[in-house]
Amino acid sequence: MLERAHILVCGGTGCTSGNSKLIAEEFTRLLTENGLQNEVKLIMTGCFGLCAKGPIVVVYPEGAFYQHVKVENVAEIVSEHILKGRVVARLTNVEKDDDGANKSINETAFYKKQKRVVLRNCGIINPEDIDEYLAYDGYKAYEKAVTAMTQQEVIDCVKASGLRGRGGGGFSTGLKWQFARDSVADQKYVVCNADEGDPGAFMDRSLLEGDPHCVIEAMMIAGYAIGATKGYIYVRAEYPIAVERLNIAIAQARDYGILGDNAMGLGHAFDIELRLGAGAFVCGEETALLRSTEGKRGEPKQRPPFPAVKGLFEKPTLINNVETYGNITQIILNGPEWFAAMGTEKSKGTKVFALGGKIKNTGLVEIPMGTTLRTIIEEIGEGIPNGKRFKAAQTGGPSGGCIPAAYIDTKIDYDNLIALGSMMGSGGLIVMDEDNCMVDIAKFFLEFTVDESCGKCTPCRIGNKRLYEMLDKVTKGEATLEDLDKMEELCRYIKENSLCGLGQTAPNPVLSTLKYFRDEYVAHVRDRKCPAGVCKALISYKIIEDKCIGCGLCKRGCPVGAISGEIKKPHVIDPSKCIKCDACFAACKKNAISK
Amino acid sequence: MKTLQELQEIRDRMKSRVANRETADESDVRIVVGMATCGIAAGARPVLAAIGDEIESRKLTNVKVSQTGCIGICAYEPIVEVYVPNREKVTYVHMTPEKVGAVIARHIVNGSPVTEYTYSYAVANRGGNA
Ligand SMILES: Cc1cc2nc3c(=O)[nH]c(=O)nc-3n(C[C@H](O)[C@H](O)[C@H](O)COP(=O)(O)O)c2cc1C
Repeated sequence: MLERAHILVCGGTGCTSGNSKLIAEEFTRLLTENGLQNEVKLIMTGCFGLCAKGPIVVVYPEGAFYQHVKVENVAEIVSEHILKGRVVARLTNVEKDDDGANKSINETAFYKKQKRVVLRNCGIINPEDIDEYLAYDGYKAYEKAVTAMTQQEVIDCVKASGLRGRGGGGFSTGLKWQFARDSVADQKYVVCNADEGDPGAFMDRSLLEGDPHCVIEAMMIAGYAIGATKGYIYVRAEYPIAVERLNIAIAQARDYGILGDNAMGLGHAFDIELRLGAGAFVCGEETALLRSTEGKRGEPKQRPPFPAVKGLFEKPTLINNVETYGNITQIILNGPEWFAAMGTEKSKGTKVFALGGKIKNTGLVEIPMGTTLRTIIEEIGEGIPNGKRFKAAQTGGPSGGCIPAAYIDTKIDYDNLIALGSMMGSGGLIVMDEDNCMVDIAKFFLEFTVDESCGKCTPCRIGNKRLYEMLDKVTKGEATLEDLDKMEELCRYIKENSLCGLGQTAPNPVLSTLKYFRDEYVAHVRDRKCPAGVCKALISYKIIEDKCIGCGLCKRGCPVGAISGEIKKPHVIDPSKCIKCDACFAACKKNAISK
Repeated sequence: MKTLQELQEIRDRMKSRVANRETADESDVRIVVGMATCGIAAGARPVLAAIGDEIESRKLTNVKVSQTGCIGICAYEPIVEVYVPNREKVTYVHMTPEKVGAVIARHIVNGSPVTEYTYSYAVANRGGNA
């Protein structure tokens, strides 16, 4: 029977941690109690993107977008909306259209400027049901590729689309497929890079959680095109939901004969296995990933030879990122011209970003290439919370750099970001406001890469460590202006001499903040001040006598008893006891504490 | 092992089942069933179910079914409103599962409303007691 309503509960990692499983169970219980189980369908989907407003529940056909849903709200949604057909407006998005009615999802600020190509099925289908994937033209692209196109035509189609790798480097996907096809060998492999190690990035995870079959189908198409019969998905073990859904998807595809010795009865063999990574950042680098897939220690090696020539088990190997694969079925089905019509001259299609940091709508967004940073931050992200000023956006994670506020109208694509000294990276986009210290940000990323360096080559292992120590000196007010020049020199040395991309890009956050925020570095060194009030060694907390009303909030909040004073009289902080934890600053309602 | 044809059958069958996960666009026919207490008490639920079945068996993908609250003419429930693009809305009253087949076949598929089930017909022909 056709269900009259579909309730979609977000089962992405973010909403799951907000108890969406319990919410779904409560729906099931109440639907059954009301005898609605055959009339109303409940589906756990992948990520809707608007994680800041999670847990999210969407009810169709109205498209009512319930946000911050609690288990207690479920009864009301069932009795009002499902039974009586009245949307519970109080629990939905608060955006209204001109007539005062609640806007439907696609009209809201967060979704309006997005273009969902890769994420088209996320938040729409049940990722654990292959039939739902089939409903949205699933496995039709593979059928078309094998029955209507030669292997070379498939590759030409990908080339003509202009698709470039979404894993960071931005290399032409079609060319890479061509190299893998042109390598002659008895066995070739197709590998999917789902290691996603950038701090703050969760695009690939969300795609795997929300639409695992689209990656499987793309790998099958790649296998056909380059002549490979075996695929591996290398996914980090910290992504348990993605791993589970991939396992279910692979099992269902095998059951239908879609994966197997005679895939879909079309005469080509293809099967996929998972490899779980242990969460080392360097294992996202392709040569290290392939070694780790072989069961060896995940260390990079020199290229060339590139994997397309000599990769997994010394055989020609095509390795692409999850999101890169996410575009393939649509390119095959809709044609390369359709894809190339989106984006800028040299960056076609869309890009998924994990939007985080000081932004109202944290979450997952997919935008056409060439969208400006301003659109992402001010419209889709709905700006910076608490009326603060936008300072910079960090892209490319620990390999990237920052884009200062002056460049907010930059059109985002591969080349413009490189020109600014940052990079697309895999798609983390962290927004910073006036309260972020740029030296501290650089230190955060460098600390990460120092931790994650595999130690195989000296420039990365020792160079980055020394660079980190110099940064540390800056944040403690112990550096000299000469040190800043030395740091720049060391950065260049590390970039030129490291073995793999990890070392070659590790200094980028330092270089880019030195370039755009040198005055902040100088303030730390020369004035021994941290203008943003973050670096602990350089700040001291004081109570401004004139502003203090003696309410005692700071005193109560202080964990070490460093604040004294009588009620209704100005308080004082004892600097010898103060541990600079910021609790008093956060507690004071009168802005009476300076740092 | 599913053949290409079997896969296509799954696609076709599933397509109408997931169709209501898109909000209706301009070119869709919308069928709205009154599902307030009055409608449900008068038997709106089996009507809604019958509409769903009919749409599925006819594989109509450009039809969106939704529910609404009380329309205000409770004496005429169950009520079903049909919106065909660029046409006046048609309101069917005293609906039953048996009447659904005719509405779908004559109105949705062939484009001519089933006059004798409509509100205006009911009002024009009401005797003294409706
Ligand atoms: C340190 C380091 C980490 C990387 N991490 C990832 C990653 O997590 N995911 C990914 O797809 N690519 C990552 N890459 C890029 C891969 O080496 C490789 O370029 C990519 O998988 C190629 O796929 P694409 O052409 O589809 O982008 C990383 C590279 C480096 C140097």
